[in-house]
Amino acid sequence: MFDNLMTNPDWQATAKKTANGIRKRVLIHTLKNSGGYLSQACSSAEALAALYTKIMNLGPVTKPIIPRPFPGVPGPLNKDYFTGGEFNGPHTPDYDRFILSPAHYALALYACLIETGRMDESGLDYFNKDGSSVEMIGAEHSPGMEVTNGTLGQALSQAAGIALARKLKKEPGRVFVFLSDGELQIGQTWEALQFMAHWKLDNMMVYVDVNGYQCDGKMIDVMNIEPIDKRFEAFNSRVYKVYGHNFSELAAPAQTPTDGRPTVVLSYSNPYEGIPLLKQFAPKYHYVRIKSEQEKNLFELELKKMDAPRLSIPGVV
Amino acid sequence: MEIVSKPHTHNLAEWAKNKPNVLVLSADLTNSTEIDRFEFDFPSRFISAGIAEQNMLSVAAGLAREGFVPFIHTFAVFIYRRAFDQLAMSIAYSNLPVKMFGFLPGITTPGGATHQATDDIALVRSLPNMTIFEPGDATDIETILDPVMEVNGPVYIRMLRGDVPRLFDKNEPFKKGVSRLLSRGTDFTIFSTGICTEEAIKAIKVLKSKGLSIEHYHVSTLKPFNAKQVMDSIAASKYGVITIENHTVMGGLGTIISEAMAEAGSGKKIYKLGLQDIFGHGAGKKYLMREYGFDALALTAKVESVTGVKLGITADDFKSVSLDVMHGIFKPEDL
Repeated sequence: MFDNLMTNPDWQATAKKTANGIRKRVLIHTLKNSGGYLSQACSSAEALAALYTKIMNLGPVTKPIIPRPFPGVPGPLNKDYFTGGEFNGPHTPDYDRFILSPAHYALALYACLIETGRMDESGLDYFNKDGSSVEMIGAEHSPGMEVTNGTLGQALSQAAGIALARKLKKEPGRVFVFLSDGELQIGQTWEALQFMAHWKLDNMMVYVDVNGYQCDGKMIDVMNIEPIDKRFEAFNSRVYKVYGHNFSELAAPAQTPTDGRPTVVLSYSNPYEGIPLLKQFAPKYHYVRIKSEQEKNLFELELKKMDAPRLSIPGVV
Repeated sequence: MEIVSKPHTHNLAEWAKNKPNVLVLSADLTNSTEIDRFEFDFPSRFISAGIAEQNMLSVAAGLAREGFVPFIHTFAVFIYRRAFDQLAMSIAYSNLPVKMFGFLPGITTPGGATHQATDDIALVRSLPNMTIFEPGDATDIETILDPVMEVNGPVYIRMLRGDVPRLFDKNEPFKKGVSRLLSRGTDFTIFSTGICTEEAIKAIKVLKSKGLSIEHYHVSTLKPFNAKQVMDSIAASKYGVITIENHTVMGGLGTIISEAMAEAGSGKKIYKLGLQDIFGHGAGKKYLMREYGFDALALTAKVESVTGVKLGITADDFKSVSLDVMHGIFKPEDL
């Protein structure tokens, strides 16, 4: 399970290709719809790519899945109900589980699922379409998701429940949670961490996309959450601070044997990584709206740069 | 029909100019709840609370105790679901003048169940001391702040944002405890709230053209509800009452009218359109109103089924309904 990074250097090439693919798909989608959750893809592309291509031990899917229509809300009479967990492979004891907490990262995750062969390319055509499960702000029936997320803090607690259950059932598989830094403002996140430490849920690995921005702007101006590492440590988590666009740094914590505490990886990232043009939206990156033809042309140029044979992203190995 | 873009944004900023004790509290949704201009105009009265609504509501209670009037702005679900205990104990129990503007009522967002406030009226009205307003158009929104301020206690406003139609005359302001009477008739008495009022107006225009006689009220004060104003109309209705709301039928407008009817000993039937004990999901507003059965077509279909008369009304019939013409009916002499 803890294979040496040095013996398998090729994974980074795959991960890089995946990360670039995530950005590209989300940018294409944003252009097509004159808006989208683009900065989330920029900040999280490497983390998601590393998680899906290297870090997590997810079960395979037999072939890229075409998202099914919305099955109706769960209820005693709804026999057709499903979650989006099937895109992350079978839920068997050995395999890891993945929980996406910030549902606004749905578009980035959908792109990641396509890049990793888990969702059919046509999946994004259903994005935010009436009657589709590929929701704009993902839900538990959306591809790659399996708990109610998007109401901040709740996914981490639910993941803690799943992790505790896996411990009780003596399952070796781990539970990975992807969080955004905005969620560190909400009280429930800290209740979850308190629980995770108390119950020694060392089968949990939490990746936090610390891009430093929220809807209203820069987090330190809206409501400061730093020093994040010291706060997590005070809640008895094992904390790693990594550069969110460096694959080696992202992967290393998952290779280190556990010390009995839940692991938190603070992935410090840029909301405009790979698409420098986005910088003009600072400090409001939450939803990128393309308002004019001129803006559209500039973004199309960015897309063309991505199509160039070698993509150069500063900081990416 | 006039569509007003973001009526709350400028209205709030203008209105608050000479009200130094009004503070606006934001939970990281400043643009999304149309308080960006207030922040720009009055930065010292704008309090950024971060994504931490439970804390924000209790902080608001503290501010209110010191003489300020906090205007909380966020998505409705984060007020009454996320922070219900704080709403009940820090604010409602003490009857503090905290004014809560809850956005994205019902299915007005494609954000799915986590963002859709489909059960807020049911929960909030169960709390003593609470007043609940629900605007249905731009005029309601532009004239709601004085009544909100005049309430001696907490107010929850089911707020609309973005492009909002103007259904009511600018000179007829929102009045607390008064439902707007929009049509006279005796076959049915129809009650609508919020975005459903526009649907009801369309439906009733078509129904009238088919010979039906409809009494229609737009209810914008859900608590305390003024039952006295409408009981004669209900008593006179031949087929009974239909309610249409962007909310679950358990605890919202339909329940409020049902309770008023039962208490008055009315023997009339009531038919409740809205979410039939079900959560929403992420999709467009029109699509969801159709799916869950509280649009104009659902209303005419209900009339057809109750009367047993097939009127042959289809969705196409509403396309030709011009609300501009309808607007003329809301002249003071007609009301």
